[in-house]
Amino acid sequence: MTFNMPAGPFAALAPVTLAIPQGRFISLIGPSGCGKSTIFNIVAGLLQPSGGRVFIDGVDATGTIGRVGYMLQKDLLLPWRTVLDNVILGMEIQGVPLNAARERALPLLRRYGLSGFEYLYPNALSGGMRQRAALLRTLLFDTDIMLLDEPFGALDAQTKSHMQEWLLQLWGDFGKTVVFVTHDVEEAIYLSDQMYVMATRPGRLVETIPVPIERPRQRTVTLSSEFIAIKERCMRLLTEAHKSALEEAA
Amino acid sequence: MSVEGTSQAGARPDVAPAAAAPAARQVKKIRRLPVQKDLPLGVTIAIQVGILVAAIALWQAAADRGWIDGFFWSRPSDVYATLIKFFTAGDAWTDIEYTFGSTILGFVLGTAAGSLLGLSFWWSRNYATIAQPYMICFHSLPKLALAPLVILIFGLGLASKVAIATALTIIVSALTTYAGVKALDTDQERLFYSLGASRMQVFRKLVVPFCLPWIISVLRVNIGLALTGAIVGEFIASQHGLGRAILYAGNTYDIALVWVASLVLSTLAVAMYAAVSWLERILRQGIKQ
Repeated sequence: MTFNMPAGPFAALAPVTLAIPQGRFISLIGPSGCGKSTIFNIVAGLLQPSGGRVFIDGVDATGTIGRVGYMLQKDLLLPWRTVLDNVILGMEIQGVPLNAARERALPLLRRYGLSGFEYLYPNALSGGMRQRAALLRTLLFDTDIMLLDEPFGALDAQTKSHMQEWLLQLWGDFGKTVVFVTHDVEEAIYLSDQMYVMATRPGRLVETIPVPIERPRQRTVTLSSEFIAIKERCMRLLTEAHKSALEEAA
Repeated sequence: MSVEGTSQAGARPDVAPAAAAPAARQVKKIRRLPVQKDLPLGVTIAIQVGILVAAIALWQAAADRGWIDGFFWSRPSDVYATLIKFFTAGDAWTDIEYTFGSTILGFVLGTAAGSLLGLSFWWSRNYATIAQPYMICFHSLPKLALAPLVILIFGLGLASKVAIATALTIIVSALTTYAGVKALDTDQERLFYSLGASRMQVFRKLVVPFCLPWIISVLRVNIGLALTGAIVGEFIASQHGLGRAILYAGNTYDIALVWVASLVLSTLAVAMYAAVSWLERILRQGIKQ
């Protein structure tokens, strides 16, 4: 997957090129307004780039929708549908018969921690459970690529760490290509194979940081010197980007 | 009660230091949380019935003793006699059916057309922007003032009453439904599009179910408006209907019949309101499933 994106009229994004190999877990990290969401919208076909292209499996997919699974920070579950019927939304839109879609979704709901919630309405679910449902909806959309825009941003620390383990399990089972946006440096390192650090004004890529920590990763890996070294480098980059943005503004 | 005791005991030491240093702290007035006690349901109903009975009795006595002019005010006994006559010898049922028919037809037509109109604004922002001033004009227009014109165009029959009832309801439905359309979360739409949805799919699976609560919320308002429309239509020109009965009775100084027709009309209004409230509840439950 490659995209080159020259700046729009507001220079939301400087030219950025990302090439993401299949089956990888990569993260975009950077301050607010660095264009992470713009990149996602362009890849998902919800925004026409002022220049540049999106290639998926070598095919030009610029401006086409329904090619990637896209999960926004809000779970956006439909309150008038049960969890099960929310999860199959993508399949339903793609024209899979309802019963077939439900049959496919049910075992997944049960295996991935939503057992007993299948026929409840979203308002009966906790924040973590709702995010699970939203993630399964993205997964069941059945594209090779999943774009996750700060999916755990609104969760409390403990739920967040559960959800990270859960996401890694899901990723291991399905082998999807995941592009993950977050503000949380530790989260990005813990989850990813590779991180892209971004900066603002205009939104641009500053550095690519590989995370060579072996998988499966234990929680305690966050205390290892290797992890801390990556974290330090990452935070330095973010602080510098922040400083230069302030100077520019002044 | 023991709680009360402790709170008083707790208040006393508070007062003492305040009195010792009056410049620093003002002495606070001790207030209790106001508590309202609910009457038992039986007592409430008894009082309500009592007031009604007393009012009727007062009316009867006042008319009998000449405190008020019995010719203009009529009296409960006459009203009752006329009520019996209206239903046995008069055309009560024809009138009820006529008014009921035009109200329901206007209600259904106005609500359905208005909701569809409101939903249609989702399809094109330009179309919605162009239509806006017309909608607001039509909404602020006193539509009843145009009733004589409507009678001229649609004739003396049922059609003109239905037309007025529709005119009154359609705009409320349209504006409320449009408010629903505008409240739609654009992220929700983006989610649908990211899943490769067509506009029709977004409309059917997102816009319509999202706006349903808005559509339903106007039902009760609309049934009242539709009835008003039907009655005004009958006032202006009609062969049948409760509105026509009231107007006719007033013109012939049959005040008892004015009261009777008004009473029947109110009963009809309450019945329809109750039916629509029930429908609303059923629909709301339906949405959840």
